[in-house]
Amino acid sequence: MAAQTLFDKIWDAHVVTDLGSGMALLAIDRHIMHDLGGGRGLKQIRESGRKVRNPDMVFAVPDHAVSSEPGRTSETTELSSGYMKLLREETSRHGIRLFDLGEPGQGIVHVVGPEMGISLPGSTVVCGDSHTCTHGALGAMAWGIGSSELLHVLATQTLPQTKPKRMRVTFTGRLPEGVQSKDIMLYLIGRLGAAAGAGSAVEFAGLTIQNLSMEARLSLCNLSIEMGARFGMIAPDDTTLEYLAGRAFAPKGALWDRAVAHWRTLPSDEGCVFDREESVDIGAIAPQITWGTSPQDVVGIDGAIPDPTAAAGSSRRFEMETALRYMGLEPLKPIAGTPIDRVFIGSCTNSRIEDLRQAAAIARGRRVDARVTAWVVPGSYNVMKAAEAEGLDTVFRTAGFDWREPGCAQCAAANGEVVAPGERIVSTSNRNFVGRQGPGARTHLASPAMAAASAIAGSIADPRRLA
Amino acid sequence: METFTVLSGVAAPLARENVDTDLIIPIPRLVTLANVDLGKWAFEAIRYHKDGSENSDFVLNQSRYRGAPILIAGRNFGCGSSREGAVVAIRRLGIRCVIAPSFGDIFFNNCFQNSVLPIALPQEEIDRLMEEARTCTSGAAFAVDLEAREIRTPGQRTVAFEVDPNRRQGLLKGLDPIDTTLMRDGEIAAFQDRDRKARPWIYG
Ligand code: SF4
Repeated sequence: MAAQTLFDKIWDAHVVTDLGSGMALLAIDRHIMHDLGGGRGLKQIRESGRKVRNPDMVFAVPDHAVSSEPGRTSETTELSSGYMKLLREETSRHGIRLFDLGEPGQGIVHVVGPEMGISLPGSTVVCGDSHTCTHGALGAMAWGIGSSELLHVLATQTLPQTKPKRMRVTFTGRLPEGVQSKDIMLYLIGRLGAAAGAGSAVEFAGLTIQNLSMEARLSLCNLSIEMGARFGMIAPDDTTLEYLAGRAFAPKGALWDRAVAHWRTLPSDEGCVFDREESVDIGAIAPQITWGTSPQDVVGIDGAIPDPTAAAGSSRRFEMETALRYMGLEPLKPIAGTPIDRVFIGSCTNSRIEDLRQAAAIARGRRVDARVTAWVVPGSYNVMKAAEAEGLDTVFRTAGFDWREPGCAQCAAANGEVVAPGERIVSTSNRNFVGRQGPGARTHLASPAMAAASAIAGSIADPRRLA
Repeated sequence: METFTVLSGVAAPLARENVDTDLIIPIPRLVTLANVDLGKWAFEAIRYHKDGSENSDFVLNQSRYRGAPILIAGRNFGCGSSREGAVVAIRRLGIRCVIAPSFGDIFFNNCFQNSVLPIALPQEEIDRLMEEARTCTSGAAFAVDLEAREIRTPGQRTVAFEVDPNRRQGLLKGLDPIDTTLMRDGEIAAFQDRDRKARPWIYG
């Protein structure tokens, strides 16, 4: 058989019917729903007189609308109370597993899926959320869907899909001191652009990737959608298997052995062909931070805010000027030292235990600058408990950070936890779009270490100086 | 679902790249428990000033483009969040066809579920269409013909476009994709039976 890519192997194994002209009806293995779309979707299915075809393949978890306030309940805000009520009622009606507030398994959908062993190598995973690409780090084919597609999956456990192009990005070079997977991905998006992966499934490969921990890989694949790619994936290897072994929903015993034997066959074959190949050396890069309103607007922490007059083409120049005006930044000034109002450590990009350890290493024994409000929001109940067992919550609290309850929180401000107009925030999340964290909010994307360093400095700061 | 055959009307040029779905519809407008008219809030951040008045720089606020059913946009239109509300919002605003060099993949898929046609064309062609949309006499119509897979411009040009045949049929006939798939339920059951033997760990 011809040499195949990781993506093609998973695709082929899930074709229910070839619909012709590059389209196929694909079987869906795992459907994870969050609070904004889950309850509504199930209600619509019920009202249309249809049934959920495979309720045991569907999971639900509240994250977007819930408050992150310490001691929160579903009733903390009217919004969350409305969404929770609907989600609880509908999941129980349809017999769907819900990870409720205060239960192991509650948290941001893209932290929970991998952490609970729900998302598995070689599986198809969908969720009504664009960062579903995160789960691809396990060697899964995972992608975000819209609310109509969500209904389609509930009713049929399939989706008609057009086969994307295959792209491979090979990272070379050793990760420099103080540089994290967040940085290498921001650097890549800066180099290739926010549309580079449009229409493609991207596989990340190379020694750099193989040496990354599972959590670092999850952060990296999370940002695939910010380069336009619906799918980002990494071939499963020993790191993947070690991470998954013993997880709540991962197979056990003889079934585990069978699954592993299958997963070992998944990596792209020697000599397989991709539609596009890129190779990026990260051996000499600095920690990265965004300056504009697209994740591609990125510089090294030792760099300067770019000058629009040097832009290639008038439309790019206009875009840069607009972004700088929105961000309240002046060209050519160093990005480091820009005063900030807030720090947000959290989101499906960087809220796992390793992220919190990296931030805590910087925060330990230091104080958050008096002008800054800094939040740490663990990605899940399990992350929160693990962090508390290690005493990280105490490190953060002692340093003046707020230690909050698991959920999306300020990432998209869907729960009302908005950043005020004009406020500048260093955020470990994934989108610095206009208004993303609240109308007029100015977001700088960075790694957990840089976010912590900036909280302490009161301005955008190089974490390597504090390490 | 509503059918889509031939769409005629004004085309509005939105010369901006990477228009993300947060810009098309911000999340606070989507998550409220109340019923909101998403069309009113489409493009909120660039359509209105802070005081709520209209920003005349925004193309759809200009009298000749107001209510245009066709939008011509820059690269990577609809990137970012998967929110289908973005498609619903522009649809409510009256837009039924977006023409751009490329699209956010999820936005692109969501369009077909809402009877909106996304058309991808090379950048040079987009540049020409934008130019025509800017210079043609006020109100002159473009026609997007899904049957013939071509756009006819006020300048008498005909531009062919491609669209997936399955998607095209769906739009032309206004088919509900769920009904279409449910007709294959036997195939789905057969697949799951086979797959349960091959990959039992997936079925728990
Ligand atoms: S953390 Fe942010 S990006 Fe991730 S799922 Fe939640 S809102 Fe979306």
